[in-house]
Amino acid sequence: MFPTPVEKTPRAWQLTYQSLLPVALVLWLLPLISIMVFSIKPDADFTTGNYWGWPSSFEGLTNYGKVFFESDMPRYLLNSVFITVPTVVGCIILSSMTGFALGIYRFKANLWIFFMFVAGNFVPFQILMVPVRDLTLDMGLYNTKTGLVLFHIAFQTGFCTLFMRNFIRALPYELIEAARVEGVAEWRIFWYVVLPLMKPALAAMAVLIFTFIWNDYFWAVVLTQGVESQPVTAGITSFNAQYRAAYHLMSAGSIVAALPPVAMFFLMQKHFIAGLTLGAVK
Amino acid sequence: MTHATLPDTHPQGPKRNWWHRNQIAISPWLFLAPGMIFFAFYVIFPIFQSFQISTLRWDGLGAPEFIGLQNYEELYYDDAFYTSLRNNLIWLVLYLLAIPAGLFIALFLNQTVTGIRLYKSLFFFPFVISQVVVGLVFTWFYDPTFGLLNIILGWVGLGPINVLGDPTYVTYGIIAAGLWPQTAYCMILYLTGLNGVNPEQIEAGRLDNAKGWKMLWYIIIPQLKPATFIAFVVTIIGALRSFDLISIMTNGGPFGESRVLSFYMFEVALSEYGFRMGYGAAIAVVLFLIMLCFIAYFLWSMYQEDKAR
Repeated sequence: MFPTPVEKTPRAWQLTYQSLLPVALVLWLLPLISIMVFSIKPDADFTTGNYWGWPSSFEGLTNYGKVFFESDMPRYLLNSVFITVPTVVGCIILSSMTGFALGIYRFKANLWIFFMFVAGNFVPFQILMVPVRDLTLDMGLYNTKTGLVLFHIAFQTGFCTLFMRNFIRALPYELIEAARVEGVAEWRIFWYVVLPLMKPALAAMAVLIFTFIWNDYFWAVVLTQGVESQPVTAGITSFNAQYRAAYHLMSAGSIVAALPPVAMFFLMQKHFIAGLTLGAVK
Repeated sequence: MTHATLPDTHPQGPKRNWWHRNQIAISPWLFLAPGMIFFAFYVIFPIFQSFQISTLRWDGLGAPEFIGLQNYEELYYDDAFYTSLRNNLIWLVLYLLAIPAGLFIALFLNQTVTGIRLYKSLFFFPFVISQVVVGLVFTWFYDPTFGLLNIILGWVGLGPINVLGDPTYVTYGIIAAGLWPQTAYCMILYLTGLNGVNPEQIEAGRLDNAKGWKMLWYIIIPQLKPATFIAFVVTIIGALRSFDLISIMTNGGPFGESRVLSFYMFEVALSEYGFRMGYGAAIAVVLFLIMLCFIAYFLWSMYQEDKAR
């Protein structure tokens, strides 16, 4: 193990390390801790200039209550759910099929199609902005959740195909050959042999896509406007415009907006990290 | 393809037979079709469309007018374009700092003391949060009246500086905010990479008296190559796509000094400055061409690896 495990180092360094850890963590998360503190402070603290001192009273419930019951926040959150969940489902369906096709079959165009997906995924998505917005307008889907979902599915399919194909490549190929010798139809091989083995990859991908889509801001601004279809990332900016300088409410709103992916991460940590670091080890 | 030569055991007729014989050749295309159609429709085709739109004068509503390369000519004389380009380069270079920073934190956390798992997840935390929230948090951190940064600077007798209001500091301030989640990402890549480092090689290195920096440089880092490659890819892409933070923290200001190409094109095409779709598309094309160099390099590396298998 590198660096040398602390257990094998002098006592003095062990103690330093143990005390350094929490200090480093607090410094690292300082910006976040500060908005958490802001979100439980009363309004009065900001007018009297007590930004960083001890809260004069704890108003956590009032602040979060306001966010949930007196603003459009719940509406935005719901929109985000209705955008994120169908995208995740759509991506999984499409990319498990494309990943299967590119991972199992050997045909001439295989690598080229794979590279097309990868390259499309790396493209700076701004180049798609004008045509996609126009396309969405033409289909009558501008400012709808459907329009946003369809685009997200298509774009994320690039990344997901890369992911799925590499995962399927690592599966033992003998399994598929054995099934073929038995005369099992190809779609049955997909459904009954490969798909059950892909469960960990599907879980990892689902959490990743959930986080990516929930946190998307650019496409939300380009393809939607207004409370009826905008997700929470775009909603938070209008929320902030409404509560300008009401730092306690803005912090509470931001925390609420950031919470679902954070919860997802802590619940599915193993899958999340497995997904992100796919390929980081040989 | 043994199927084709096997004796016919299915008497259901010629149609079924044909399917049976060609199943393996046709199946991949059936599996690929839905994904490819979606992807071509929303990603591949629009890329070419952008090239075409960049030769038009078009407000997005009325009739487009073909103007050839005039948009690119205008770009050539546009100061705002060069500011954005310069900022893009600064982003590219400084964003790469996330890689050594991530490695440093990963080395710091690669221990087995109690509670280290929780520490690792908490250090990774910034990556999970939306960039919109990161931008907001850092805007307050930099705030000249109450921001923590200026309070800390005040302790050592400096400041106050209005980072986001000052044309010289603004881009660096935003990049610092972007480095926060990106470093977390690189850290997690390296933590996984460090897990896979061959312990025998470390022991062998120790016997040869390799210590500290030497050990890191000659034994550990070469083994972390796959992690470094991925960190490099995601960091470059992240740097060229940067939009959210700029939009939230400064909206391109002050005096457009914090714009990058992706933000400038958005501003030109979809904001109160007028709907100049053609000009916006031209900026996007330039950004795409910059990215294309990197994409070609990434694909080439992946191709080499694929060939080796």
